[in-house]
Amino acid sequence: MAAGSADKFSVLLPTYNERENLPLVVWLLARTFQESGINFEIIIIDDGSPDGTQEVAEQLEKIYGSDKIVMREIISVPFSSGTAYIHGMKHASGNFIVIMDADLSHHVSPSFMYSGFNLKQKEGNFDIVSGTRYKGNGGVYGWDLKRKLISRGANFLTQVLLRPGASDLTGSFRLYRKEVLQKLMEKCVSKGYVFQMEMIVRARQLGYTIGEVPISFVDRVYGESKLGGNEIVSFLKGLLTLFATT
Amino acid sequence: MTRLGRCVLGLVLLGSAWAAVALAPPGLRLPEPYRQVLLPLPLYLLVAFGCYSLATVGYRLATFNDCREAAAELQEHIRTARDDLRRRGLRF
Repeated sequence: MAAGSADKFSVLLPTYNERENLPLVVWLLARTFQESGINFEIIIIDDGSPDGTQEVAEQLEKIYGSDKIVMREIISVPFSSGTAYIHGMKHASGNFIVIMDADLSHHVSPSFMYSGFNLKQKEGNFDIVSGTRYKGNGGVYGWDLKRKLISRGANFLTQVLLRPGASDLTGSFRLYRKEVLQKLMEKCVSKGYVFQMEMIVRARQLGYTIGEVPISFVDRVYGESKLGGNEIVSFLKGLLTLFATT
Repeated sequence: MTRLGRCVLGLVLLGSAWAAVALAPPGLRLPEPYRQVLLPLPLYLLVAFGCYSLATVGYRLATFNDCREAAAELQEHIRTARDDLRRRGLRF
């Protein structure tokens, strides 16, 4: 079934200490959806942030209406993308789910949700539309040469080992049909970067169709958190695990 | 079969084929010109793959898009958003 006027997009936003960025992300999404005439809701899943993220979320709920902004907190379960999505989906009333980062790294421009994800989904009736930094006019801002090299090198290795049929496996700006995401959540077990990779690999196994849309990744925090040796090691471990088990 | 499984299977098949050529006793050997090409083949393929990898990653690194307009647009969006939200009553 292709996207039409009866569709509703549920955006899942896992947050931790995003008091500054959350209002901006919500504002951008709301404006984009309203301009495109797409019915939407934004579900904020907070990991018990101590910086007042939830308080800001509640204010946003008052401004935009509680049918548009839903706030949930996870406190009793270890927080990861996986648990955040599972938790978020329970409250999602849309038939399409958008997952993205709440720190403004996933650039949401007015033409974007509509001509990007929505149109692409309609074009091929895809089950999943994946944002890619590596194709078309997708790209990044704020990365130095070393970071870009690691990114391209890791992606090359992933393509060689997994041959996934998607150019950006570690990206987390994606659109899923709700039932597709639910099915994938049951099957995926990894954490972090590898979780995003596993979703695509499993989706292929289950025969789901995947379309791609170029996205801009604007990294404003890179200066504070360089990609450490630990992350690289765990990425490699995860990649080899996927290689050996799928 | 897992990807690893397929990879190992492929390597084993190709490996045995190559070993058959390499370890054939004098009576069963292929003609010399063929042997000269086939014996170093695994090493050549490895080196070729290494070169291909370097070239591909290098090319992709060089053509990695820098989204300057997106970054600039984002700054502008942030300003507009903050103003609008303040007007609507958000206390930052």
